[in-house]
Amino acid sequence: MTNKIKIENLNVYFGETHAIKDVSLDVPQNKVTAIIGPSGCGKSTLLRSINRMHDMIASARVTGSILLDSTDIYDRSSNPVLIRRRVGMVFQKPNPFPAMSIYDNVIAGYKLSGRLNRADADEIVESSLKRVALWDEVKDRLKANAMDLSGGQQQRLCIARTIAVKPDVILMDEPASALDPLSTLKIEELIEELKDKYTIVIVTHNMQQAARVSDITAFFYLGELIEAGDTRTIFTNPEKKQTEDYITGRFG
Amino acid sequence: MSHDEQVRDIDSAKGISGDRIFKMITLGFAFSIILILLLITVGMAVESIPTLKLFGWKFITGSDWDAVQGQFGALPYIWGSIVSSLLAILIATPLSVGTALFITEIAPGKLGGAIASLVELLAAIPSVIYGLWGILVMAPWLQHTVEPFLSDHFGFLPFFRGAPYGVGMLAAVFIIMIMIIPIITSITKEVLLAVPRSQKEAAVALGATRWETIRMAVLPYGRSGILGAVVLGLGRAIGETMAVTMVIGNTPQISLSLLAPAYTMPSVIANEFAEASSKLHSAALMEIGLILLVITLIINITARVLIWGVTRQRTSGGQI
Repeated sequence: MTNKIKIENLNVYFGETHAIKDVSLDVPQNKVTAIIGPSGCGKSTLLRSINRMHDMIASARVTGSILLDSTDIYDRSSNPVLIRRRVGMVFQKPNPFPAMSIYDNVIAGYKLSGRLNRADADEIVESSLKRVALWDEVKDRLKANAMDLSGGQQQRLCIARTIAVKPDVILMDEPASALDPLSTLKIEELIEELKDKYTIVIVTHNMQQAARVSDITAFFYLGELIEAGDTRTIFTNPEKKQTEDYITGRFG
Repeated sequence: MSHDEQVRDIDSAKGISGDRIFKMITLGFAFSIILILLLITVGMAVESIPTLKLFGWKFITGSDWDAVQGQFGALPYIWGSIVSSLLAILIATPLSVGTALFITEIAPGKLGGAIASLVELLAAIPSVIYGLWGILVMAPWLQHTVEPFLSDHFGFLPFFRGAPYGVGMLAAVFIIMIMIIPIITSITKEVLLAVPRSQKEAAVALGATRWETIRMAVLPYGRSGILGAVVLGLGRAIGETMAVTMVIGNTPQISLSLLAPAYTMPSVIANEFAEASSKLHSAALMEIGLILLVITLIINITARVLIWGVTRQRTSGGQI
């Protein structure tokens, strides 16, 4: 099992707040790694470190290293824009671009990497939408506004937009928490299908979801990594008492 | 108790009469605004009847303005107003949007805040001061530096021909531009600040650079609001009287050259109302006022329709 991402001694600060405390975690390639833990434990903060989203926040400071295929993304020579093209991200609330059509939303990120001709664009749009099982639902109205889709469709559109850029890694920040159960199911099925090509890291507050979709589970509490390992082991036979208390619903 | 009865019970509850009175009072206020608009329009139309009858459409298409001979054609004023406002908007819009982007996206924080306050300070300067500065400082600079340069290098274009007077269309365009930049900038700034973080993050996470994020997520999201800001600027530009009157040269002529003096609708009203002794002359000024009012209303209605169209398209899919 090769590791796609290697997080080493990561610390994240927002001003005086120490949000992530000396975390080291390996993320294996073509697997789904779930990050679980109670609200405010630093799940999203950790996830956002992996594509340098904290660069957008002036008060944020990151120490330690995150190796993506053995290159440190926090190295001075690393360009965050290029890193984000390799590490895509799907957010909690679907956020398609409201002024764009379905078609333009899918191709929006890909366009950034350079000019492309019409035929290429059509192909990328079709394959990306097929990949997220949205093609059949929207193929007759690709020029329609993206906001005309339902919430679940919008989220799948956002995933299509992410994979159209052809990243290696997809980060998902509670991707189904704003969706109804049926849409949630579709997203979970999609995650299962996507992992043959992509390495996926998913933050979820829903433990059943973590158990269903992930291969590896990492449990966070108050900014610290308490325990990480094979999902089945974590859920049936955790090493730490805190983990057991959390997954059995005794706190959190 | 059935649901209907419950509703009726709530309706007849105590305190509802107070609400009703409040509703009537506010309704009265709202209608009085409409009434004022109506009274102004009708009043001006009635006062314009003499010239409306005598000249008809010729009032708008004619270029002769001679109070002594009783000849009134308003085209030079309409031309002057529209050209000066549109050119000013054309230059002010990119400057204002750029400034607003700098304040909100590039340098949010102390520097951006300081610039925002300075820009808003510009809006607080009385227009007569702009006019005074325009005539005493800017016009000589235009006359001795800018306009000779323009006619030397671009004189082959009809827009930069003729003698440099300093005062004229170019001076008016500059003054109007400076005066509308604050309003367009500060409204655009508010619009840009309202762009949800999730939109910017979507673009950033796709590997967009700062400029690409602005182009992909920020500007499209805010476009209807920015359009609104520009239109408000246009509204102010076309009605601007004092400063423009001081620098435009007040010559009723239609010239393609920006160096030539011109005249605007508000300026002719301000300059001539005191000496309009004949009934026809004051009717002519009233009709110019009416035209100005109609143009302003058309600008505003067009903008509302545009903005309404854009916002409806954006929100039709539900939540953002």
